[in-house]
Amino acid sequence: MTSKSKWLSAPYVLWSIVFIIIPLGMIVYYGLTDKTGAFTLENIIAITTAGHAKALRLSVLLSLISTLVCFLLAYPLAMILANTKTSKHHFIILIFILPMWMNFLLRTLAWQTLLEKNGVINSVLTFLNLPNLKIINTPAAIVLGMVYNFLPFMILPLYNVLSKIDTNIINAAHDLGAGSVYTFIRIILPLSVPGIISGITMVFVPALTTFVISALLGGSKLLLIGDVIEQEFTRTSNWHLGSGLSIVLMIFIVINMVASAIFDKDGEGSML
Amino acid sequence: MKTAARKIYIALIVLFLYAPIGTLMVLSFNASKTRAKWGGFTFKWYIDLFHNEEILGALLNTMLIAFLSALAATIIGTIASIAMSGMKRRTKSVMMGITNIPMLNAEIVTGISLMLLYISLGIKFGIGTILLSHITFNIPYVILSVMPRMKQLNLSTFEAALDLGASNTTAFFKVVLPDLLPGILSGFLMAFTMSLDDFIITHFTKGVGIDTLSTKIYTEVKKGIKPEMYALSTLIFVTVLILLVLVNRSPERKR
Amino acid sequence: MSKELIHLNNISKSFDGQMVLDELNLTIHENEFVTLLGPSGCGKTTTLRILGGFTTPDTGTVIFDGKDITNVPPNKRPLNTVFQKYALFTHMTIAENIAFGLKIKKKSRQYIDDKIRYALKLVNLDGYENRMPDSLSGGQQQRIAIARAIVNEPKLLLLDEPLGALDLKLRQEMQYELIRMKNELGITFVYVTHDQEEALTMSDTIVVMNQGYIQQIGSPESIYNEPENAFVADFIGDSNIIPAIMIEDKLVSILGTRFACVDTGFGHNKPVDVVIRPEDVELTSPTDGILQGVVTHLIFKGVHYEMEVMAGGFEWLVHSTVMHPIGQEVGIKVDPFNIQIMNKPESEDEEAVAIDI
Repeated sequence: MTSKSKWLSAPYVLWSIVFIIIPLGMIVYYGLTDKTGAFTLENIIAITTAGHAKALRLSVLLSLISTLVCFLLAYPLAMILANTKTSKHHFIILIFILPMWMNFLLRTLAWQTLLEKNGVINSVLTFLNLPNLKIINTPAAIVLGMVYNFLPFMILPLYNVLSKIDTNIINAAHDLGAGSVYTFIRIILPLSVPGIISGITMVFVPALTTFVISALLGGSKLLLIGDVIEQEFTRTSNWHLGSGLSIVLMIFIVINMVASAIFDKDGEGSML
Repeated sequence: MKTAARKIYIALIVLFLYAPIGTLMVLSFNASKTRAKWGGFTFKWYIDLFHNEEILGALLNTMLIAFLSALAATIIGTIASIAMSGMKRRTKSVMMGITNIPMLNAEIVTGISLMLLYISLGIKFGIGTILLSHITFNIPYVILSVMPRMKQLNLSTFEAALDLGASNTTAFFKVVLPDLLPGILSGFLMAFTMSLDDFIITHFTKGVGIDTLSTKIYTEVKKGIKPEMYALSTLIFVTVLILLVLVNRSPERKR
Repeated sequence: MSKELIHLNNISKSFDGQMVLDELNLTIHENEFVTLLGPSGCGKTTTLRILGGFTTPDTGTVIFDGKDITNVPPNKRPLNTVFQKYALFTHMTIAENIAFGLKIKKKSRQYIDDKIRYALKLVNLDGYENRMPDSLSGGQQQRIAIARAIVNEPKLLLLDEPLGALDLKLRQEMQYELIRMKNELGITFVYVTHDQEEALTMSDTIVVMNQGYIQQIGSPESIYNEPENAFVADFIGDSNIIPAIMIEDKLVSILGTRFACVDTGFGHNKPVDVVIRPEDVELTSPTDGILQGVVTHLIFKGVHYEMEVMAGGFEWLVHSTVMHPIGQEVGIKVDPFNIQIMNKPESEDEEAVAIDI
């Protein structure tokens, strides 16, 4: 079997090397060199300049908030769904994947219509004599956009891991005298750690690195680190600087990956 | 009381996820060209859509790329899954680690890295580069769908087939593949969906003059989105919805 | 008999309109080993879950030690459960698993440590404190699940098919272990199983259940030797269940032939069922038998031969240490004491039950 599997795995191994490993190597190469090809750390140190540092700080802050909000929204939902006795496991997953069939940009853009000064939500609020929302073109709108886009990636791993917890484990905790709060803290929460880590990774990384959501909902003044990198590649064409900043981003991503590798060894927290 | 609160909570989250979609659907019937105002009901955009060659062209590109990349990823990913299941633990975990990179890595980094690759290899940007990129980020979805099936696979059925006189190939196609099929299918659908919804990676790896729906919308954002786009999205969404309802219903009826 | 510990009073429960338990009444005494025995879907697990507090009955009450605990949640009940497939907390060590209930009761560190050591000794797993559940074999996990339950000193231990996942050898070993532990601890055991051998080996009292009804309650001997109906007879061990006519007291006509028996009080010329265990059928020479037949099947089973004999239009199952080859003509004789007379099922419902098997 082993010799055969080596042969069978060849196409994928080759593909991974050419399209995953080498490209990442190229970023590292560009990030650590200048236009003449000489080694430099300047592109990485560039993160400390005022504008870049501000963008990174804002990105980290907003993505942390978004991740937290996603977690707080998703955990109760995943618990409710996991406790619903249903044979329609697939159906539940579909509900959260289905929105992806409406284009991601359009969906995000639709929030403009909903959030605008005279938008749908404010019209409803006015009708109910409630104070209006003024969050479009603010960091709050970006957080909303992030939560909206990435919430399913938090819900699905949590749902997956929670629905796999044997109800007898929970019954056993009750049987031994634990109340619901104690059972939650000592049993359910620890057992769902793989899903939590996976969910955090799935939300934090794209939120940290997005450039579209900020462009669509944050107005032109709020720049995230993703916006900066995108501009270096598409407008200013300074690939070296863009790559250098990407390396900084990748440090965050690697930390995330290591964390998920440690806490979720068996891939229990996977989305599907 | 408790169940009512639960239902309300689920409903609120679903409303949150589907409100923008509902908004877009409403906008597709809006006679006014701007998003901000309701100008009466019209089917105009649906009719215009079929005369808008730019949008139809982008749609064709999107579908073609989604289908071909999902197909290629499914083939490569399935073979890789079979190969990986026969590997030693260590090699396998290294392979799975690499597989996870495109999923866990930021899309912008993946997009940039591929862009740099194509430039240094001198590959001309166009539909080919988009396709290669999409296959790359689609393979993990296929592998993650097929691997669990592979684990469940009962090797003795394969051996039983050999015992009954089937050749290796026959045994594989008649016994192993049908067992893997649900995983392969859901991997394909997942890959198709991801490809269809992708903007960021396409943005960095497409050439000038070629557009998918995503990149087309992105360029239109500043000028104002053409209402035909809303009409098209609504059509796609409703089609998928109907298909899913049909697929979900049919097995129940059989029972 | 000792003091009454539990009384289930007119318990009914249905799921999705499907009646699982129908007005069930059951009394369990202190220090008794009670086994709920029956096929899957008979309501035995539901009964156990109602005792544990994981399911609330639609009607009826659960009386524990004189107090109504019907609506008391599981964490407030003075009993513990050993779950099917053990339900150990996989993210905790063995010691943490065992300490779980004691920590909730705010016991002292010293008390908890002593208890853990005592419990591990009791289940023969000393020194396993810091292992994780995943690193243990099925039988070991099973014993940890028992240890985790008994350190709380429950008055009643519920066991839900605890040996179902173990292989035969281990299962038999654990049966003796359980009896030993029960005697050592002096706790009342309620044990659920579908395995009749397990029930016969361990129990003081067996409750045979089917389709939500109790079919018979009794000691293992009485359940085996004097089944009250065809269901019990068929479920417990092999048996010949034959329609017959009770001619008068102590005389029954089986397949048209008169047999002496010991039962009385069934009336005259009344249709009944008789149960004859295969080991109670004696094969003789044709002339010595009450009934004549021909051997149709023969299998060697180790301890005995299993034969089928066609006699009087009925295929008799016979266990004997003496071999009779296929085709041999034999006589059949039954000691009057070994003929068990049962009333015919009265309602159609019960009839359905009997046929269902």
